Formats: sequence, C-alpha cells, structure tokens
Amino acid sequence: MEIRHRFLLLKSRPIRQSVGFWLLLALLPWPSLSAAGGMESGKEPVILPDLGRREIVEPEIDTEDFEISLFAGALSIEDFGTNPVYGARLDYHLSEDFFLQADAGYSRASKTSYELLSGSAQLLTDSERDFTYYNLSLGYNLLPGEVFIGKGRAFNTHLYLIGGAGNTTFAGDDHFSINLGLGYRFLLTDVFALRLDVRDHLFDSDLLGEGKTTHNIELSGGLSLFF
Amino acid sequence: MASARPRLFLIYLLPLWLLSPLAAAEERYREVEVSAPYIELQTGPGRAFPTIHAVGRGERVEILKRRTDWFKLRTHRGVEGWVHLDQLSGNLDHQGEPLRLDAPRLDDFSRRRWEAGLLGGYFEGAALLSAYGGFALSQNLSAELAFSHALGNVSSQLMADINLVAQPFPEWRISPFFTIGTGVIHTRPRSTLVQSEDRTDQTANVGLGARLYLGRRFMLRGEYKNRLVFTSRDDNEEYSEWKLGIAFFF
Repeated sequence: MEIRHRFLLLKSRPIRQSVGFWLLLALLPWPSLSAAGGMESGKEPVILPDLGRREIVEPEIDTEDFEISLFAGALSIEDFGTNPVYGARLDYHLSEDFFLQADAGYSRASKTSYELLSGSAQLLTDSERDFTYYNLSLGYNLLPGEVFIGKGRAFNTHLYLIGGAGNTTFAGDDHFSINLGLGYRFLLTDVFALRLDVRDHLFDSDLLGEGKTTHNIELSGGLSLFF
Repeated sequence: MASARPRLFLIYLLPLWLLSPLAAAEERYREVEVSAPYIELQTGPGRAFPTIHAVGRGERVEILKRRTDWFKLRTHRGVEGWVHLDQLSGNLDHQGEPLRLDAPRLDDFSRRRWEAGLLGGYFEGAALLSAYGGFALSQNLSAELAFSHALGNVSSQLMADINLVAQPFPEWRISPFFTIGTGVIHTRPRSTLVQSEDRTDQTANVGLGARLYLGRRFMLRGEYKNRLVFTSRDDNEEYSEWKLGIAFFF
C-alpha cells in the first residue's frame, strides 16, 4: 500500500488537488503518529506490560529401551573341559517382541584329557588358553508372562529365543561363530531383572588336526538393569 | 551410657542420610488429562498382561516411563499400569492440546539425526560382521563411524572406518546412498599357518547401497564397498565387500 501511495504522489502531481488523495490520506494508518506524539508529551504508560515469557519446561518422558547385564556361569569348551565364564550383555528392545543384543564373554580353557594323562605334552600355550567371544544377536520374546510368588506378588517374565553371529578367539585364532540359545528374564522391578541363559557357541576348528564344528555350551545367570 | 545415646541416635539418622540423594532426585513427570471415554491400565508392557484398572475421561495421569510402545502411567490415586501407544494416541490432553505420542513414520525416517545398526556379509569370501553409528549433518549427508571384523580361513581383519554418506533422495522409502571413507585395517594371520606378523595398514573405500524403511524406527540396510589397502609392499590390495543388516534411528 505504502509503495502505491508514494507512486501516486510522485507520478501525478495534480492529484494533490483531487478528493481521492485527501480521502486516501485520511485512511492511512495514523495511530503510529499519535503514539509517537504521546511519547513526546512525556506521559509514561500507567501499566508496564510484563512481556517476559514464562518458560514451561516439560519433563521428558523417560524411555527405557536398553538393558545392560552382567553374567557369570559355566562354559563347556569342547575338548577343553568346563570352565567359569564371565561377561556382559547390552540389549536394545526394538518392540515388545524383538530385541537386539551385543554381548562379550571371557573364559579360560583347562587341559584336555590327553594333556592330563600324558603329563607333559601341552597343546596350547598359556595365552592361547584364553577364550573370548562377542556376538551380535536377535532375540524374540517367545513366551511373555507373569509368575506369582506367594499370595500377593506378581512378576513379569519372558522366555526368549536368541540367535546371532560373532567372533570367538580361542587357541590364538579368530573363528566366525554362530550362537543359539534360550533365556529367561525375570523382572524383579521395572528396572531390575534376573536372567538365566543357555547358549551354544558353534565354530569350526581344526585345532586337533581334523576340521570339525565345535559346540561350546554355556549356562549363565545374570542381573540386568533397564535404562 | 549417657554418651552412647546420641551416637545411637546418629545410627538411626544414617539411613535417612543415605536416602537423601534419592529424595532430592525425585522426578517430575509429565501430567496429562484423559480425553478418551476411558483407557485401560495393564500389569505389564505387553499385549497379554491383564487389565487392572480403567481411567475415565477427565482424570489426570502422570506418564512415568516408556518402554518400546508401552507407557507406564500413574493415576492421582496412585494406581500404576501400562498402556499401549495405540490406546493413548490422541486420547491425552496436555494443557488443552492433544499430546502427540505417535510412533515414528516415514517423515521421521527422512529427518533422522542419529542411526545405528548391525550388519553381516562377506569380505573377499570371509564372513564379515559390522556395527556402525551415524549422525546426519543434513538430510542428504551424514557422517558414520563403522567397525568391522572379517573372519577368514587364512586371516582375520579388524577394520575401523570414518565414512561420509550422501543420500540424494532422503524422502524415498527405499533411499539409495553413496559412501566414501577412510580408516585402518589390522590383519591377523592364522597361527596354524605360515609364520607371519600382524600388520596394520591404511585403507580407503567407496561404495553404494540403500536403506529400506521398514516402519517405526527400523530400516534394512545393504551396501557394497570397494576397499583399497595401502600396504607397505610394492602393490596395494583391493578388496570387495558387501553386507546387509538391520538399523534403527532415534
């Protein structure tokens, strides 16, 4: 509008004399001028509007889709006896049915029966007896449910199937390994849970001359925390 | 005896002192009003858990936490229970406006900031495991950090890479991308084979792939890469790898 007014003023001078011009002038938004006049007269507004915005910080909804757990148990390393195993797992719950898991564990192989009987012969050096693994797996909560302890207590539980792939370092070598298992999650509260796991770690090994698929079965219990 | 009393008194105070940080950290929760005729609270975050309570229209509830698509609510009477997103969506009012609690959709996939995933595949015939995390610099460009482990019969390779990933069509459900990156590769030969030393070399890679949006916050990701290893020997080595896996964004 303003640009058009100016255009009118510049281009056609005689318009100053026209009725339309004065009408237009009267219709211009004058209040700004009168407000400026008010300020000049030194009158302060009676009420100063408090324009400070009230910041309302809403608490975020806490999401607890991750679960971290520490576990300990027994691992039967094929041909090398059953040994203690320790480790940690991190789960990410994709939905109420599926979860992803990254886990890592450590164990140490004891002697084979041959090593024990022969007395001096050693198949592996000291450092080669370390058995470490990690896996990336997908779990499925097969049987979610509730258990009742006593009269007034109910706990949520999951029986889950899990499987995945990873690496097992044993006898100084890395082996591609597959893991399959079954687990039980017992939620003590919303945040803490007890876990029981049976896992089979499978990998190909030619350590004893002939190539074969070894089964290394692990039984473990752990405590987990949702966050 | 007289001096023992105050000390005993302090012992009683000890648990209070231990609990005080907990009390101080008492959380504020988001409070909303139910606008649906009623919503049902279940005992657990799963479809099969029994319903224990119904909350009627106009009642105020607090949202305590979220686990996958389930929300834990607390009524003003102190009853706690879980409700599925589908039942809550559009049925809660927050300061006079409907509270948006939708599951992520294709738009969110296009505008994702962080993503992470696990992939498996082949690296020159060896099994390959890979995990990555990425941050979107813009809708078309993201920076990624990836760790991979190739497990072959002759050797195993550990790789760490920083990649730039460009996706020309972020709004597509199947979104192709191009990637370029650099990193290191650590090779460990098998101990049962020839006596050979571990070595670490620098690598560069180019590749292409695609993300397929599956729904919610999940996607399928597949990619092919051509990797050049700058060895200390006369010739550089060239490897090809492909992988496929599941990824999620948040």
